[in-house]
Amino acid sequence: MNDAVLTPPAAADAAPARSTLTLSYAQAAALALSEAMDADRNVVALGEDLGRGGVFGQYRGADGRPLVERFGPDRIIDTPISESTIMGAGVGMALAGLRPVVEMRVADFALCAIDELVNQAAKNRFMFGGQGRVPLVARLPIGIWTASAAQHSQSFEAWFAHVPGLVVVAPATPADNYGLLHSALASGDPVVFMEHKELWSLQGPVTPGTPQHVPLGQAHCVRAGSDITLVSWSRQVHAVAEAAEALAAQGVSAEVIDLRTIWPWDQQAVLASAERTGRLLVVHESIQAAGFGGEIAATVAEHTAARVARLGAPRIPVGYAPTLESVSRIGVEQIVAAALRLLQR
Amino acid sequence: MTDLLSLYRTMVRIRAFEDAAERASQGGVQIWGQSAAPDAEPALVKGPLHLSTGQEAVAAGVCAHLHARDLLTSTHRGHGHTLAKGADSTRMMCELFGRAPGYNKGKGGSMHIADFSVGMLGANGVVTAGLPIAVGAAHALKLRGEDAIAVCFFGDGAINRGPFLEALNWAQIYQLPVLFVCEDNQISATTRSAPMTAGTQAASARAQALGIAATQVDGNDVLAVSDVAAALIAGVRAGSGPRLLHALTYRHKGHVSVDPAHYRDPAEVAAALLTDPVTRARELLAARGQADAAADVLAQARAETAAAVAVAKAAPFPEAHEAFEDIATTGQGVWA
Repeated sequence: MNDAVLTPPAAADAAPARSTLTLSYAQAAALALSEAMDADRNVVALGEDLGRGGVFGQYRGADGRPLVERFGPDRIIDTPISESTIMGAGVGMALAGLRPVVEMRVADFALCAIDELVNQAAKNRFMFGGQGRVPLVARLPIGIWTASAAQHSQSFEAWFAHVPGLVVVAPATPADNYGLLHSALASGDPVVFMEHKELWSLQGPVTPGTPQHVPLGQAHCVRAGSDITLVSWSRQVHAVAEAAEALAAQGVSAEVIDLRTIWPWDQQAVLASAERTGRLLVVHESIQAAGFGGEIAATVAEHTAARVARLGAPRIPVGYAPTLESVSRIGVEQIVAAALRLLQR
Repeated sequence: MTDLLSLYRTMVRIRAFEDAAERASQGGVQIWGQSAAPDAEPALVKGPLHLSTGQEAVAAGVCAHLHARDLLTSTHRGHGHTLAKGADSTRMMCELFGRAPGYNKGKGGSMHIADFSVGMLGANGVVTAGLPIAVGAAHALKLRGEDAIAVCFFGDGAINRGPFLEALNWAQIYQLPVLFVCEDNQISATTRSAPMTAGTQAASARAQALGIAATQVDGNDVLAVSDVAAALIAGVRAGSGPRLLHALTYRHKGHVSVDPAHYRDPAEVAAALLTDPVTRARELLAARGQADAAADVLAQARAETAAAVAVAKAAPFPEAHEAFEDIATTGQGVWA
């Protein structure tokens, strides 16, 4: 199916053409969900404000219509503000044969459902000896979202990467949001699906009908390079790509890897690249202390001769005023500076 | 009316199981901050063991009206529910002993006892956690158009956690086929529930405040539980939304099997033992001329349990590599 993208227009006449669309990151997810719901009537979505298309419009099709108009309120389920029970009911639905997409609105609110996610969804398969499975996709939008302050800006991917039984995904592009949501739905186990709130409107190419084109656990090489490896994910990938451009202007060839899946992370790709370049810098928007960058840096240090460094946010809550919020953002200049420092070590 | 002798059979099977598990848990185990006695014989049931001794009539009376296709969630005190739902006592005892033939392959133990094949979706180590799962299961049953209901056991302590309100509200607004069963044993772990709980008859009253029909019953009278459960379950099966059964009962033992429960007034315990549901059912059977049948049922239950213990004792522990199985096959974090 992946070949479809590469099919030249002339050859596409025999089979129905799969034309590539330009969709937003939000629309790309809605497309994946719609395709999964078309393919399997057991796929449902539940959460607050889904009836009007989701709080960020991520439950609206490319035509702007809420998905509920197409799939009905039994399958696009508007729920009360009850995070514990949205997640807990998702677990029960999964055990009873559905494949729920559980919307948490923002990752910060998922902390009201932490027992249901960590103690129930993640543990079920193991704790009950494989009697059941919990094919549940929990959408936990992450990231700084301008002027949203301390309780609507957090990135918790490292928390969930720490929990056995959970897969953690953080797409950076519309194509990956589409592909990874399909892969998450197909995985058969609980997936924490972390979209970035400042990426919803990002436009990019998406090819409908290609549900298997982004496997879980596979990183994407955004830019090839030979002097230093820059690993990142989610929105930060775009800043890192810009930084690589700036480094190139200074004669530094940086390889940029978008991890895409935080757990299981693509060690093979990262280790191979770090071994080749001899330098690894992990950049993430979330707080540096105890962040997932530490895990990657430690693993690379254990397995290669590469020198390693991390760059993440300071350990402070995200402030409201622009002057405070910007302290928590990792900008292009900081990435360039951190890369140059590492190259000099 | 459900046959009293069969209800009694379920109750004495639970009682025999709990008694045997309790015996197997004594000895070399840690007791709340104390290390195991070094010279004691190691216990066969090592972890926290929450016994439902004294509460058998609730499990028996409710589950008598369920089919294998009906789904059930339970509490940390879930052996009785699991047996009453149709699980096999030998595989259950193996699980309590942490042995490979256990329902969970030794991965769960007493607190996570489950038999998905009879719709028993698991005991739970977290108070109130079973309620959202049960309403989700009921939601799925409704959306899939299945001819089955969900039932959810929880204790009186659970009604003070937020997911209780969320789950009841959810079940009512979506009109889900779920029966909530509050096993009100009047104690939350090791503290009396009453001073911790606002309002009177709180489990039923809170359900009624949400428009959910709730019935309170003497949870130590198995016929009463069975009759009320039958009526409520008929309503749930008819598709008219959730119901709540509030069963007043008493926990004979401590919070865990090695807890002597000195925090309780001995007079209260003595009075409660006089209302033991198993004794009451036995006396009623005797009064109906079924004393011999009751004695036979009791002997069978004890023999069944003794056999379960013997099998569990001899069964192997799981192999260490099984610690890496039954988990998302997506990286275990061990690469060195």
